[in-house]
Amino acid sequence: MVLGRVDPVRVEGLRTHAMDALAPILEALSRPAAAAANAIEAVVDLTNVYEENQRLKAENAKLLQWRQVASKLEAENSNLRGLLRYEPDPKSTNVAARVIAAPGGSFVRTVLTTAGGRHGVHKGQAALTGAGLVGRVIEAGDWTSRVLLITDINTRIPVMLESSRQRAVLAGDNSEQPRLLYLPSEAPVSVGERVVTSGHGGALPPGVPVGVVAAIGERGVKVQPYADLTRLDYLRLVDFQIEPAGGDAVASASQQ
Amino acid sequence: MSVGVWQRVDRFGRNLTPAAITIALLLTVATPAPVPGAPPLAPALVLISVYYWTIHRPDLLRPSALFVIGVLQDLLTGGPVGINSLILVALHWVLVTQRRLFLAGTFVFMWFGFALTLASAIAAQWLIYAIANVALLPAQAPAFQALLTLALFPPVAWAFMQVHRTFLSG
Repeated sequence: MVLGRVDPVRVEGLRTHAMDALAPILEALSRPAAAAANAIEAVVDLTNVYEENQRLKAENAKLLQWRQVASKLEAENSNLRGLLRYEPDPKSTNVAARVIAAPGGSFVRTVLTTAGGRHGVHKGQAALTGAGLVGRVIEAGDWTSRVLLITDINTRIPVMLESSRQRAVLAGDNSEQPRLLYLPSEAPVSVGERVVTSGHGGALPPGVPVGVVAAIGERGVKVQPYADLTRLDYLRLVDFQIEPAGGDAVASASQQ
Repeated sequence: MSVGVWQRVDRFGRNLTPAAITIALLLTVATPAPVPGAPPLAPALVLISVYYWTIHRPDLLRPSALFVIGVLQDLLTGGPVGINSLILVALHWVLVTQRRLFLAGTFVFMWFGFALTLASAIAAQWLIYAIANVALLPAQAPAFQALLTLALFPPVAWAFMQVHRTFLSG
């Protein structure tokens, strides 16, 4: 513990080596665990096939509508961008990785994934599922990397409320729903509002979906993440090609 | 002569059982939970193992081994290195002084002793993390973890007893 404060670099090196060394064992163990999970899920799914089908049909109808709207907006957007000579965001690159361990216990919320430095993963990258932001890479070994989940108490991510553009900082507190910090008390917030990254601090691009406002209470505004953090199978580790001044400082600050 | 060597190898292998079981449990617990929708909490099986073997065979699970297991656990979880070492070694010292009491008692008494051990270990962890983060942490998750572990104690301890009888009775 004290050693970690005195010589953080060496301890981190030790940790990434341990991660890499244990990865094959953990990966072997996680396969049957995943198979068992799938089997249980299949049984659960069988019992509600009918309702699920009804729900999906309704959802499909709604999504088709949305697709019309989206394609219209896309065309309009590209027209307007052409008019403004808008400079597009730099291209991002993806690495897909499997989650092999969620060793956190009740005090640390991290997961280990199968992609590391050899696959182009480095510290500070964002980890996403299809639904939204999951966390950030805090350590990258050669073959594995560790992702700090957005629910961990050490997470701080600059976000904004999508409709009001009100900025805040998303802070985990080891509960299932992280809180919003530094939100002005007079700021209009409503339950169900979307929370996305704001892009401040330069570590993440603006607009990555994070979650929705779940509750507004005396203890602050709680955010329900879009991604199901209790059930992470595969993650997308995204390199947004942003090279901000002090990007490393942000990453290491989030780890302190 | 060669029989003696093989006997020694055999004994050595058997004597590694407690530490090997503990490390195997440590890795098993780290794999993602196989139950969909289950909370991302794993029972503290390592504590059950340390508790059982420290009471029954403290000579085979020494503080040095516990220290290494603790470091491994910390490296794996990503928490500050040393927290689990400290807790496991402290538990060892406390349990070794009290083991006669537990050995003489019934299974229920041993279970009760484990409840106390577990509560103090998790409370110590909570306290250390709270101090390290300068914040009060939610207590629900650790409390749930403790209850889950406590509920799993009888079957796991029973399995340990079988292993104990089979491999280490000599």
